[in-house]
Amino acid sequence: MIAIVDYGMGNVLSVRHAFEKLGHEVSLTDDINQLKEASHIVLPGVGSFKAAMEEIESRGLKNDLIALAKTKPFLGICLGMQLLFTASEEVEQTAGLNLIPGVVRKIKTDYLLPHIGWNQLTISHEHHAFRYLDQAFVYFVHTYQADTDAKYVVAEAEYGEPITAMVRRNNIFGIQFHPEKSADVGANILKTFLEEVST
Amino acid sequence: MIAKRIIPCLDVKNNQVVKGTNFVGLRELGDPIEMAKGYSEQGADEIVFLDISATNEARQTITEMVKKCAVNIHVPFTVGGGVRTIDDVTRLLQAGADKVGMNSAAVVNPDLIKQSSERFGNQCIVVAIDAKKFEDGWHVMTHGGSKDTGIDAIKWAKQAETFGAGEILLTSVDADGVKTGFDLPLTQAVVDAVRIPVIASGGVGHPDHFAEVFKKTDVSAGLAASIFHENTYTVNEVKEVCKREGVFIRET
Repeated sequence: MIAIVDYGMGNVLSVRHAFEKLGHEVSLTDDINQLKEASHIVLPGVGSFKAAMEEIESRGLKNDLIALAKTKPFLGICLGMQLLFTASEEVEQTAGLNLIPGVVRKIKTDYLLPHIGWNQLTISHEHHAFRYLDQAFVYFVHTYQADTDAKYVVAEAEYGEPITAMVRRNNIFGIQFHPEKSADVGANILKTFLEEVST
Repeated sequence: MIAKRIIPCLDVKNNQVVKGTNFVGLRELGDPIEMAKGYSEQGADEIVFLDISATNEARQTITEMVKKCAVNIHVPFTVGGGVRTIDDVTRLLQAGADKVGMNSAAVVNPDLIKQSSERFGNQCIVVAIDAKKFEDGWHVMTHGGSKDTGIDAIKWAKQAETFGAGEILLTSVDADGVKTGFDLPLTQAVVDAVRIPVIASGGVGHPDHFAEVFKKTDVSAGLAASIFHENTYTVNEVKEVCKREGVFIRET
């Protein structure tokens, strides 16, 4: 069973359905016992970094999520990916889950912000499992992005500066764009994530 | 780089896609979810649903449609039509819409844009502007393009951005239904006035019209209804023409 962390940040119906369509049982929960029983943890999220961390802390989930990420496949999507990092500079400096070293900061570009729309991925050579997605289009909606060590970066997109699109550190994955809104490409990415962590 | 978007628009009434918004001689074209699915399979980058039902009871039907759409359609979709209050915005976003469009209500009460974008983020608030050319410039029109507010459309686009709009859906009342192409001067004037994406709408009769608006203006997206519904052209055909003309589009 895949558990999607339900902490009141954004609509998760389509994320849930995307996994169900791949043939998985999904539960939407903020109950620690259910999260502990799950095979995979998915942390979704839309909105502000600070509000999201406050929601996680007020539900007493922060330390549990950190502990779960050390033992199970863990996927952060959109804001959920940003929460994986050390801190964010959105509004004010706010600490994240610190599962991957890095800081979330505003995109530096002359193009329009937010970065909204379909953009093309460039996959890093070290991440073979995702190589087939090189030049694939995915749907982004965000204004802030993660600055992290190149060794964690699986995919980037170009938007006046390189945008960190996918990250990985061991069994912890992050996807900045919306796989659940990225048509067949998005479904394939989720499938690859599930295959990667099952081996 | 971000790809230019091709967006089919569906007018919905009583859970049916209907042709035309003028309320006269409406023809039912099909189930909105099935049609949206078909368009997304053809490569539509986004879908816009416009609720043209006139009563509150009918609005509940739209909420149900949005819920179904959220689990069945795997590209972003916007829902507009009859959005008057923050509760309408909340209801549609909670049902699973990616973005909510507002038109006349935002003109009467710009605070609706502010409240909605503060609560949900400006990326999901689309302000729709229907503009018509007069001697002194373009005016904002309401009531399906029939009522002149006297408000300058370019100034209104700027104000909408300041209030928190994340995107402008710009329809040329003059070009709408004429099928001779998008209103290029109006489109570029609004694109130049704001720093948020603009979607051009009104006037498409041929795939070339999409290539033209992308090459001659800096607009982010183009929207059309009838050329797709009447099966005159598929989304794919429009994309092939754009690609041939050197427009950067998403290939599927």
